Amino acid sequence: MNKTTEQDVSNPVEDAFVADAALAPAFFAWLCRMGDNALILGHRVSEWCGHAPALEEDIAMANTALDLIGHTQMWLGLAGEVEDKGRDADALAYLRDALQFRNLLLCELPNGDMGLTLMRQFLFDARHHLMLEWLTRSASPRVAEIAAKAVKEASYHLERSSDLVVRLGDGTEESHRRMQAAVEQLWPYVDEMFVTDAVDDAMAAAEIAPRPCDLRKEWDETVRSVFAEATLDVPGAVGFAQTGGNLGRHTEHLGYILAEMQFLQRAYPGASW
Amino acid sequence: MAATLNTSAVLPAVDVVWRWLAEVPDPEIPVVSITDLGIVRSVHYDGDTLVVAVTPTYSGCPATAVIDLAIEEKLRAKGTDKLRLERRLSPPWTSDWITAEAREKLRAFGIAPPIDGTSASGVMAARARRMTGKGNLVVACPRCGSTHTERVSQFGSTPCKASWRCKDCLEPFDYFKCI
Repeated sequence: MNKTTEQDVSNPVEDAFVADAALAPAFFAWLCRMGDNALILGHRVSEWCGHAPALEEDIAMANTALDLIGHTQMWLGLAGEVEDKGRDADALAYLRDALQFRNLLLCELPNGDMGLTLMRQFLFDARHHLMLEWLTRSASPRVAEIAAKAVKEASYHLERSSDLVVRLGDGTEESHRRMQAAVEQLWPYVDEMFVTDAVDDAMAAAEIAPRPCDLRKEWDETVRSVFAEATLDVPGAVGFAQTGGNLGRHTEHLGYILAEMQFLQRAYPGASW
Repeated sequence: MAATLNTSAVLPAVDVVWRWLAEVPDPEIPVVSITDLGIVRSVHYDGDTLVVAVTPTYSGCPATAVIDLAIEEKLRAKGTDKLRLERRLSPPWTSDWITAEAREKLRAFGIAPPIDGTSASGVMAARARRMTGKGNLVVACPRCGSTHTERVSQFGSTPCKASWRCKDCLEPFDYFKCI
């Protein structure tokens, strides 16, 4: 061994769920959802690096992206162990194609302006934080320890994004207009965060994770209170919801993200720093 | 008669290993060591293999791999043959584990040390902070000691720091944030 890499460092925590073959397909799919949300949103947010309107926001965005990529390594690393086919976090991130990705459509939407980026972050953070808080009590010790680590960072994300939604929503006429436009544009992607399917039911039955639909009430309360302070209107029912990301049906935007993110590993398989 | 080589007799004691690890500087903030920061969680032997458990400060911190490498280099230089590094996620690292001496070293280096118990701990904390303006966190300027300071950004030059500025000496400074 010449140098220590992430893959060489073992995690000794015992967790019977990791080797549970009956549970593995659902557990793997669920872990990919957690990891892919963090990876794709982290990649999107990183696109602001060097382009944000203020240096502090540029740094904040890079830090947020870094946290999310860190979460990705933990979730997809565990997904690889559960799958048990020799794929590590890098293999899952770099060598799957769009149809195998399980992220929410919200995470892959283009950044738009800062208003859209921050609104997307807030809508995601509010749900992410609730999810991670629940997961700190997961029956799976490996899931619980990842969540306990990640929730500390997600608290800072939510604090920042809710603060900025208030400041921009209740800011100038122009910033208010952009924030309200961002809400209207993103609202059709909100329901997908709470879609609950057989994978979620299997995780909930094993007490590993909550049913996403059960997080909706508290999410609504958070969003309503922040929007009230931000003088933003909560849209009424949109009548339809864009869904399918967690089953692998994506918008056309995901392919472009993967083309950039995966290029190096596709062109030079196995390349490392 | 062939002598039996008792390898355990030549393995360094665990407290000696801890002292070696105290010489490994943090790659981002070299005035403090990795043991000062509290990121080395345990040192023990599994048979004749030395096992060092390390916890990351932030999950995406790029220094994590560098720290693993620095630990390995230090222990190899001290003659350690069989070594295993373990990633320890729980309990998750908290800035509360930074030692008192390390906090003074941070201050002398120009980084305001963390004030325990002030981490963002969720929706309610964030909401309360917004309602009350910036909250009641008082961070003293590490240069002039003034408490007439303000937060510029919750996110700073590394994941573990926030950007602050002193309204008396007018210098910007890093605050090692609580997590």
